[in-house]
Amino acid sequence: MSNTHGEQLSTGTVAHGGGAEANFPPFDGATFPSQLLWLAITFGFFYFLMAKVVLPRIGGILEDRRDRIAGDMAEASRLKQETDAAIASYEQALADARRHAGKLASDARDKAKSESEVARNKAEEELTAKLSMAEERIEKIKRESMDQVGEIAADTTGELVKALIGGRTPAKAVVSKAVDAALK
Amino acid sequence: MAGNPEKAIDPIHQFHINDIISLNIAGIDFSFTNAALFMVVTVAVAALFLLLSTNRRGLVPSRMQLLAEMSYEFVASTLRGAAGNDGMRFFPLVFSLFMFVFVANLLGLVPYFYTVTSQIIVTFALAMLVIGTVTVYGFFKHGFGFLKLFVPSGVPAGVIPLVSAIEVISFLSRPVSLSVRLFANMLAGHITLKVFAGFVVMLTASASALGIGAAIMPLALTVALTALEFLVAFLQAYVFTVLTCMYLADALHPSH
Repeated sequence: MSNTHGEQLSTGTVAHGGGAEANFPPFDGATFPSQLLWLAITFGFFYFLMAKVVLPRIGGILEDRRDRIAGDMAEASRLKQETDAAIASYEQALADARRHAGKLASDARDKAKSESEVARNKAEEELTAKLSMAEERIEKIKRESMDQVGEIAADTTGELVKALIGGRTPAKAVVSKAVDAALK
Repeated sequence: MAGNPEKAIDPIHQFHINDIISLNIAGIDFSFTNAALFMVVTVAVAALFLLLSTNRRGLVPSRMQLLAEMSYEFVASTLRGAAGNDGMRFFPLVFSLFMFVFVANLLGLVPYFYTVTSQIIVTFALAMLVIGTVTVYGFFKHGFGFLKLFVPSGVPAGVIPLVSAIEVISFLSRPVSLSVRLFANMLAGHITLKVFAGFVVMLTASASALGIGAAIMPLALTVALTALEFLVAFLQAYVFTVLTCMYLADALHPSH
């Protein structure tokens, strides 16, 4: 403390009420060097501490938190994608199973249908064959009987002719021809 | 000293600087004074708060850590808003200034504590630090291009001398306005507080029922003013910081 300042202070304590304006502390240049020196020391130390320790530390904390949150968000979206994929594959499997089941059912139905069709066709064929055989036999019998009818008619006619006109029996060929013509 | 009734009501007494450890180098007084003591206290409080609150580096912050992070992000967003991402190179300076001024202002409100920022030399030194940084960095980064700061673009050639003169004056007045604003606010606030608190002391000292009853009014006013001074303490620190950021933006981008 300079001498002049010390004097002002020592006199100031006595006559303070009156002489305060002459000694307004903020404008007292004698205190400036001391304040500047200590401000430089304290603020310089504070600046150094902020720049080297505190701010990197807080910045690191904030960055860690940002990274952590971003990482968690990425993880969450990855898990969500996995869930979606699992749901999609489940849906797919379900749809496949449905389709497969439907196919099996329709295959079985088709098979049963075609088997019954085959059996029916076979039965029909057999029936048709039997029918045609029966028809053929009827036809044959009919034809044979018709032939026999012609013969019988010719014989009868020959006998009738012999009985009517007497004499000998007419030639069989002639009679048959006449009977056929009459039958037609 | 506190018992002296004259000093108890003298509003200027609180700004007196007293030696604690006398120190005289080359005839210049560098004593460790009460002002220097509270500079140390300010730095210690601010530094210890920031160091201890962030000590755990919690992913989930504690309340104290949250306060430290809020002050960090508050200053960072102020600086980024004014000077852009380039401005973040000055972040330690701006943050230190904000914390120092803010804590010094707040500590000044504690009774019997010295208000470091009520000294014009302190605020002027801080303002000169800012303007010095702006000027040195501006010339270092842009060379003579920094002088474009004084020649706003889009101004007709005829009025450029006038405008430039005004810009130069405004630039030179910046440290003055920056330092006087903070200093005057702190000084006036503390004088006002002391005057009204002094009324309480004087009225109660009269020892009459009327005097003691009337003392309630200045007492209520003192309480209200104390609350206001807390607001001012923050606001002036914030204003100092915002203006610092704007001046630094000039250093980064001199052509408006």
